[in-house]
Amino acid sequence: MTGSRPSPTKSSADGCGALVYAVALAAVIASFADDARTQEQLRPYTVVGDAIPQSLTGAKGDVERGRNIVVNRQVGLCLLCHSGPFPEEKFQGTLAPDLKGTGARWSEGQLRLRIVDASRLNPGTIMPPYYRMDGLTRVAPAFQGKPVLTAEQIEDVVAYLATLRNE
Amino acid sequence: MKPAAAVVFATAVLGATAIAAEIPLADRKSGYEYMGRETRAMQDDDTANPGMLWVLDGEALWNRKEGAAAKSCADCHGDARASMKGVAARYPAFSTERGRPVNLEQRINICRAEQQQSTPLPFESKELLALAAYVGRQSRGMPIEIADDERTKPFLQAGRELFTQRQGQLNLSCAQCHDDNWGQKLAGAVIPQGHPTGYPLYRLEWQALGSLQRRLRNCLFGMRAVSYPSGAPEYVDLELYLMWRARGMPIETPAVRP
Repeated sequence: MTGSRPSPTKSSADGCGALVYAVALAAVIASFADDARTQEQLRPYTVVGDAIPQSLTGAKGDVERGRNIVVNRQVGLCLLCHSGPFPEEKFQGTLAPDLKGTGARWSEGQLRLRIVDASRLNPGTIMPPYYRMDGLTRVAPAFQGKPVLTAEQIEDVVAYLATLRNE
Repeated sequence: MKPAAAVVFATAVLGATAIAAEIPLADRKSGYEYMGRETRAMQDDDTANPGMLWVLDGEALWNRKEGAAAKSCADCHGDARASMKGVAARYPAFSTERGRPVNLEQRINICRAEQQQSTPLPFESKELLALAAYVGRQSRGMPIEIADDERTKPFLQAGRELFTQRQGQLNLSCAQCHDDNWGQKLAGAVIPQGHPTGYPLYRLEWQALGSLQRRLRNCLFGMRAVSYPSGAPEYVDLELYLMWRARGMPIETPAVRP
């Protein structure tokens, strides 16, 4: 799939020189008007430092829905790679950090960017981009034009992970 | 940015400089080594290894006259236990007929077309798996030996590139799991290094014998990537790279895997 990554712009408002990414994916998506597939419109977001401080939906997510997404191996897919405080889940992954204490280690904004597109922080990461559709190769037809999770689902997951404060 | 956040950010960026590396030859392990005692015993005992049923079918097919030429494999090749010894350990190999490497199943089908004047056996058919298992069985215990062939080099390189290319909605490469994270658990299952030492093999999950291409398709499905049609050159290039990557490791066909 073609598409351009948003170009970073320097924020003059931030004395420490945090990068602000002005994302205008809606414009990119509009260029696929001749594409027969229905494309999920990605909501624009702004990266400040290593975080997306604002909710993708403008609203706070639902903690309980978030937990359900995290443990669902077809939806969140989280437990394929991560382990976490889910005693009822038998088969959990060890490829990635334990989710226990996540909410104590990261702010909601930091969690949001790590789920949306962790490759912005570490281009070599194994963590899939959950809210990015450009720059992907050979996506199976059933998943083309769709992010792994919707903006609402990501907010639910962020809200849930923020509650995991015990190391 | 707060100082603490700046440190975390810098660490994350520096961490990206770690580049995927091939597994040192001495550190390579067959998937066999990750299996439980019972599954190993199933593979090791011919009377308990379900793959041997396909091997026996393959032996019958080897001796059956086929096609307009009414020739059997044995009519040209004689006793497979002698003539096929070590052959599967050298595939995929360059085919002058095709001008590119072919895998063992494709080699069998070239023989069917040209020598037996018969129709190709479909990929993943019971008969083709049986013949491949029978031929593969004759190399059991022998080291994989992919020829240092100038003609296959570009295809080997293409296979290596496929192995390291990120693909699918999950944006993963084969190498991220099988070079960088082998031994870790994906959900409950240990990630193996991905050496194709025992194909075609009997997978308990499949309750059947299956080819390496079937296994590769499973991984692409998990990555949410487009799979290739059976016999596609991309699969053969990947097979060639994987066999080269497993060079020197002993053939286990028909292996058993969970």
